[in-house]
Amino acid sequence: MSLAIRTHDLGKRYRLGGPAGGREYRTLRETLVRPWTWFRRERHPTLWALRHINLEVPAGQVLGLIGRNGAGKSTLLKILSRVTEPTEGYAELYGRVGSLLEVGTGFHPELTGRENIYLNGAILGMRRAEIERKFDAIVAFAGVEKFIDTPVKFYSSGMYLRLAFAVAAHLEPEILLVDEVLAVGDAEFQRKSLGKMGEVAASGRTVIFVSHNMSAILHLTQRAVVLDKGRIVFDGPTPDAVDFYLSAGVHRSGERVWTAEEVPPQAHPFRPHALRVRDPKGRVTDTFAAIHDITVEWEYSLAEPIRGLRVGIYLLTMRGEYVFTSFDTDDPAAYETWSERPAGHYVSRARIPGHLLNEGRYVLAVNASTFGHRTYFHEENALSFLVDATGAVGFQWPERRLGVIRPLLEWRIERLDERPQPLREAA
Amino acid sequence: MTTSSRTPTYIIRPPRGWGIPDLGELWRYRELLYFLTWRNIKVRYKQTVLGVAWAVLQPFVTMVVFSIFFGRLAKMPSDDLPYPIFAYAGLLPWDFFAKAFNQAGRSLVSSRPMLTKVYFPRLAIPLAAIFSALVDFFIAFGVLAGLMVWYGVRPTPHLWTLPFFLLLALVVTIGAGLWAAALNVLYRDVGYIVPYIVNLLFFVTPVVYSSNLVPAKWRLIYSLNPMAGVVNGFRWALLGTPTGPDAGMALSVLVALLLLGSGLVFFRYMERYFADRV
Repeated sequence: MSLAIRTHDLGKRYRLGGPAGGREYRTLRETLVRPWTWFRRERHPTLWALRHINLEVPAGQVLGLIGRNGAGKSTLLKILSRVTEPTEGYAELYGRVGSLLEVGTGFHPELTGRENIYLNGAILGMRRAEIERKFDAIVAFAGVEKFIDTPVKFYSSGMYLRLAFAVAAHLEPEILLVDEVLAVGDAEFQRKSLGKMGEVAASGRTVIFVSHNMSAILHLTQRAVVLDKGRIVFDGPTPDAVDFYLSAGVHRSGERVWTAEEVPPQAHPFRPHALRVRDPKGRVTDTFAAIHDITVEWEYSLAEPIRGLRVGIYLLTMRGEYVFTSFDTDDPAAYETWSERPAGHYVSRARIPGHLLNEGRYVLAVNASTFGHRTYFHEENALSFLVDATGAVGFQWPERRLGVIRPLLEWRIERLDERPQPLREAA
Repeated sequence: MTTSSRTPTYIIRPPRGWGIPDLGELWRYRELLYFLTWRNIKVRYKQTVLGVAWAVLQPFVTMVVFSIFFGRLAKMPSDDLPYPIFAYAGLLPWDFFAKAFNQAGRSLVSSRPMLTKVYFPRLAIPLAAIFSALVDFFIAFGVLAGLMVWYGVRPTPHLWTLPFFLLLALVVTIGAGLWAAALNVLYRDVGYIVPYIVNLLFFVTPVVYSSNLVPAKWRLIYSLNPMAGVVNGFRWALLGTPTGPDAGMALSVLVALLLLGSGLVFFRYMERYFADRV
């Protein structure tokens, strides 16, 4: 078995804050008025987004890359796809590299589907002859035969996405880097793209696959690497890696605390502090009895007032299926009261009632956003907790209950072969 | 794990030192360059009523306005040629430079999604912006041929040197375009400065007047503007004005080559910041 990728002590350092790091770009004035800063280096605090990455990926392996936001997954993919350059170490790649870092890169709304296939193919590194050969397959995969000569600005978002993915999926490189493409699109599309990924993997190509969808990771990869704060903290068989990631390895039990470096500058003025889950006695824990309420509390502060802010949670199963979404201003009354949230230190609490969740491990994702406008902060897999079935409904039968939830429903048992006598008398 | 005796396809290392971009790689990506150029042209004239006619209309109308004000009213000397044709022969390379320089300067910033998601030789982006302006140049060139027939101006015997001056125009534009494009990634001021520079350069380039107007002792300094050499060369090759190759033109060529060389080196140096800063 030969190698496809080998990295040696790969690292990437970013500058934080200051004129060029924190903001998108600096103005010329900022440089001109402070000429003494021209030749001074390292004047900003720096952050190693990635450090000491030593990886060997044999050809034909499908490797999963997991870790929370800011753990360095995307940075690693960007270095391997040569979008950005490392600060130290080196990486050797054996074979042509293709990336699905974002589908539809370079798509132009004014151009037709046909024109975009050629353009996008060229951007992804395909030769014209290669695109011509695969053209029909791409169109068929995307299912846009009828609209192939229509400008893509008239496409529905689903069609647009399918076409974009179809081009990228037909790239056929020896090494494929995939970043979270499956998070978009409808269920049918996700199924189709997962199938295509499986096909790519089965054809003996090397794939590095980043996803927050543990179900997809478990389904598609044999080996997974867990990244945390830019380092590899686990490298092994996928089921073990997922287990490590979701349980003790990365998460402290029942609590997720954000340090200042972990919060991206784009989140400003929103600053998350901690997410906790508490049992009815107020203890922070990561194991709950299914019959008990679970209190989720998210502590955060606002440096400036935000109009229309909603702070909320998503509950997911360990396999990545959504159980529900809930925001602290779901209630119209709360929505009115908090139409503008002043600057300050807050905690938003929600109670997940007992007798709702089935046994198993659940994952909390958090989101702070304004509707249709801006997402301040979002983190998948912020916290996970375990629900224990002890005392839950149906506990008298020691069997695994199907279903995500295990609600205590109101049942009435009526017997129909005995006429209720009192009714006739009353009539 | 196993080790491999094969040589890697790529080795990714931290960038170091100075150099010029990998032109061999750019050549391997020539189809991308072609498609990007083609996209720019296609997109520019989509949903326009006149379409490619704009490429002709702009310099033509400018020429008419110049002919009225500078030719008729100001009686600007035009090296004994009909003013319209004199002006148009200068506008042709100038318009190319102005358009291409502007587009190249904005090109990287407006390609942000591509720069941050996919690897390809970054040089392809400003080059495609410049090459797409070249298409407008060739279309506008057709009008010049018509004007020459109309005014009965015969092509000169040194018409064959014209491609050389076009090449010179390209060298100037690519050099200046690379500087502007790379600087714009870090300093968005460049977006405001470029049109301003183009406006200023217009007056120190012999587009509406003849460079013979410039006193002989200033001629060499004047030639530091490489576009002066381009416009003089165009007129000399096309219309036979007495602005042929001389010391001043040699200086223009030298400045143009320096611009291109430094542009390439600067671009390569800045390349490492594009994806993280754009």
